[in-house]
Order: sequence, then C-alpha cells, then structure tokens
Amino acid sequence: MKLKRNIAISENGFLFNPETGDSFLLNPIAREIVNFLKEGNDVADVKQLLFDRYEVDLVTLEKNLEDFLEMLQHNELLDR
Amino acid sequence: MSFFLKENNSIPNQMEKLEYERPIINKVNAGMPDKFGMSTRVPVMSHIEEVAIKDIMDQYGSPLYVISEPCIRNTYRQAQKAFASRYPRVQFAWSYKTNYLNAVCKIFHSEGAWAEVVSGFEYSKAVENGISGDQIIFNGPEKSKADLERAINDGAMVHLDSLDEFYFLGELAQNLNKKAKVALRINLDAGIYPQWDRFGFNLENGEAWHVLTRVMLHDYMELLGLHTHMGTYITAVSAYAIAAKKMADLAIRLFRKFNHSVKYLDLGGGFASKNTLKGAYLPGSDTCPSFDDYAEALTSALLASELPPERLPLLILECGRALVDDAGFILGRVLANKRLVDGRRATVIDVGVNMLFTSFWYEHDVLPTRLKSEQTENTTIYGPLCMNIDVIREAVQFPLLQRGDAVVIPRIGAYNMTQWMQFIKLRPPVLLIDEDRKVHLIRKQETYEQFNAMETIPEHLKT
Repeated sequence: MKLKRNIAISENGFLFNPETGDSFLLNPIAREIVNFLKEGNDVADVKQLLFDRYEVDLVTLEKNLEDFLEMLQHNELLDR
Repeated sequence: MSFFLKENNSIPNQMEKLEYERPIINKVNAGMPDKFGMSTRVPVMSHIEEVAIKDIMDQYGSPLYVISEPCIRNTYRQAQKAFASRYPRVQFAWSYKTNYLNAVCKIFHSEGAWAEVVSGFEYSKAVENGISGDQIIFNGPEKSKADLERAINDGAMVHLDSLDEFYFLGELAQNLNKKAKVALRINLDAGIYPQWDRFGFNLENGEAWHVLTRVMLHDYMELLGLHTHMGTYITAVSAYAIAAKKMADLAIRLFRKFNHSVKYLDLGGGFASKNTLKGAYLPGSDTCPSFDDYAEALTSALLASELPPERLPLLILECGRALVDDAGFILGRVLANKRLVDGRRATVIDVGVNMLFTSFWYEHDVLPTRLKSEQTENTTIYGPLCMNIDVIREAVQFPLLQRGDAVVIPRIGAYNMTQWMQFIKLRPPVLLIDEDRKVHLIRKQETYEQFNAMETIPEHLKT
C-alpha cells in the first residue's frame, strides 16, 4: 500500500493532492502515519511503530488504522 | 529507519507512551463563512449537578435518564417570578403529559403548581400525588364517563373540547345532581402557523361565543374560566399578547351580557425550550425567548385590556416543555464506529429514538464526558435499533470517541419520559439528583418478566 508520489504534507498536518486539487487536514497521529507511508514503511511496520509509541491496545489500533487507510483510499490518496 | 523509530527506541519504558487518539483525515471544503462566528468546539460534560457522570454510569449502567431537581426548582422559580412580578394573580399548573414521573410532578407541586391532566390515567396520578380536585385542570379530547363523573364529584375544572362533550358532561352532571365546574377551550388566530383549530371552539367564527352562552344557561354547569393553548415551541411572544387581548375581550363581553366574571384565564403553554429545532440556523439557546419576554408580552396585554383591576382573573399557565426540558439528561455509550459508503463517519450509541422521541424534531447535543483532543469528524450518530429511522443526529462535528466511551445528551426532560417506546428494548431506569446532590432511583429499569406478564397465549397455541 503506497501513498501517491506527489502528495504533499506540511508539519502541521495540512495535506495537498496536486492531482485533484483537494486539501485535507490530519490530526497528529494521522500525519505520522502518512509520513511513515511516505518513507516506504509497509502497514505492518506502521502498526508496530504506533503500538510502541502510543498507549493503545492492539485491537483498537488495528481497527482504527484499517479505517484510516480506507479513508486514504476513499480520498484517492493511495496508488492502487 | 525513521526519526520516529529512533524516538521510539529512546523510550525507556511503557509509562512514557503518548496518549492515543484515532487517526482522522478531514477534507477541506470551502463553504460559506459563518457570519455569526459560532464556536466549533465540542463542549465536554463530565458532571451533572456536581455528580460525576462516570460514577453514575459505573453504578447504574447505560443507557439511563438523569433528572436534576435543583434545575427544575430554579427554572420553576424563574418562571413564577417573571409572571408574578408583572401580574398580581398567577398560577402554574404542571402539564402532566410533559413528564408524569411521580417524583417530577411532586417537585412541581411542592413549588406550588396545580395539575393539568389530559386523561383519566393522568388524573389518577395527580390525585395520588396529593392534588385535590379543585386544583386539577382536566383538558383533552377524551374524557370517559367515569373520568367526568369523578371530575364532577371532585370539583375539578373540566375544560370542554367539543359540543359532544358539552352534552355528555351536562347529562352526567344532571344525573349526579351536581354542578360541573367548566372552562371552555378556545382556539383563536394569534398569527401562529399552523393554527391549532382541532382543540376546543373557534373564537373568530362565533362558535366559542355560542357554546359559552349555552354553558352560562346550563343548570348543571358553572363557568369558571376561559382557556386557550395556541401551539407548541412558540418563539413569537407577540402571539401571546394577541391571544391575551382576545381572551380578555371575551371575558369582558361575557360580563356585559351575563354579569358573570370568569375566575381565571388559562393561556396554556407552548413556550419554547432552549433546544434547537431541526433546520434552525441558530441554536435554540440563542433564539428562545426568556420567561420575562413571554411574561412581559402576555401580562402587558392583560393589564392594558378593559378587565377591571378589582376583578382581574387568575392567570393560569400550563407550561411543560420550558419548565422541565433543561432538567433532563440521557447518559449512554458508544457501541461502534463505522464508515458509510460515502466516507462519512457513523457512530452507533446505545441511545435510540425509542428513548429519545424528541430527536425527530430537535438537533440534540450529543456531548462527550471527557476529551483527549479538540479533533472532530463530521459524523452521523445512530441509535442501537435495527430500524432505519433510528437517527439521533444526521450530521454533527463529533469528537473521536471509541467503543465504550460515555456520551451525555442534555435538555431531554420534556416528553421523552412519557412518549418513550417499548420498542425492541425495554425502558431504562430514571435517576433523580436532589438538592443535596444525592442520587435516587425514581423509576426502575423495566424487566422482561414485567413486560411478558401482560400477555396471554390462547390454549391452541400453548403446545
């Protein structure tokens, strides 16, 4: 699962898709996930990184991460 | 690999982990600016009358209703003061159908309210709550033979709704050889749309005057008052001024013809609560008139009328919604978070329209009891019922709650504990927080056994 190449994201979570002209706002953890994906981490890595870093149980993290990735897909920010 | 991983590696133990909230992505949609600068922050409600919601839910579960006694008393006193400081003779009658839990009714009665009932069932409740017949106003289109006979014997105020009822009551009173104490329910045009013309007799077309004349000439009826109730959630205070003037004029006309002074004018209720109606641009808390606004319009019209100062009738008010809505709360929990096909967030809570009937016409606030961040998502909030109609909010900026997190819905004291449905689920318990912040269970959770005990199975289906 890869983020589209030309997606731009700022330090405060403002994301821009130059292909469609759409802009998005992300909360801090969502910004981290997008950055992880930009760096080439796969989903399993991202999950582990977040699990190590945040006070969360694995089930909650898994369902929230899955939902977030679906939203990236829904907003056409992922390469198919 | 990344600076995050390095950061992660530097974490010495589990205790220093960061607080978690779920990731969200919100599309930026350029829309019309909000010229009123409404706050987009979601308020947090962690306590009701200084009692922690968490403690209440730990003890009584979820969902449940909570009623604040201090709030009822404060609201009642504000209303009473608003009218009594402007007009010498004021009497409130608690509208039973708005909330007829006995504890709630008794609070209103202890503040001095009479009872306004619309069925034999409510009448019985009022009597059990210690209200004597001469302080019961008996409204409504349906009053059975037994109901009316009881009302005649008790000296209750029967508000006539139709000509059929006039004949029926007259016959019963004659049989009992007693005079029924009556008032006439009158519908009138005060500029309110829709005009409620289904209750009582119309003023403008002469019907009310015609029936009043017949009541005055009846051997077994004594006319005590005139009553009107224009509608519900009326935000135009000017309508009350128009109605008050029309009622005063009618009372004067009655005096001129029959030399009879009515004892009271009952202007009904219909005052708005601070809830926001669906489709309203501004919140109800900003647009709802105060008790002083209503009182000023209504009493000014009465005092400016030709009613003689030495024979001013008692002004009766039957407010329900405006007196109790703020005092009620529903506590519930998040059952699930979902995604709809169009990408919208959907949150399912354990509070459905079966226990929040007013969600059909109000945009109820659904508030978190604690917040980790200010982040929100556009969310549809559904109830737990397997029915498509079970929608609490169509679209609301809602914080990132997880399964099990508590929510509170304030301003639900009016009608929800009477129009609640035993539909799919049983009715939850109701708690009361008293003035000393003590929590009382005032209605138990309904049980399967109680509900099933109402049914019988025919012999041929028993095997």
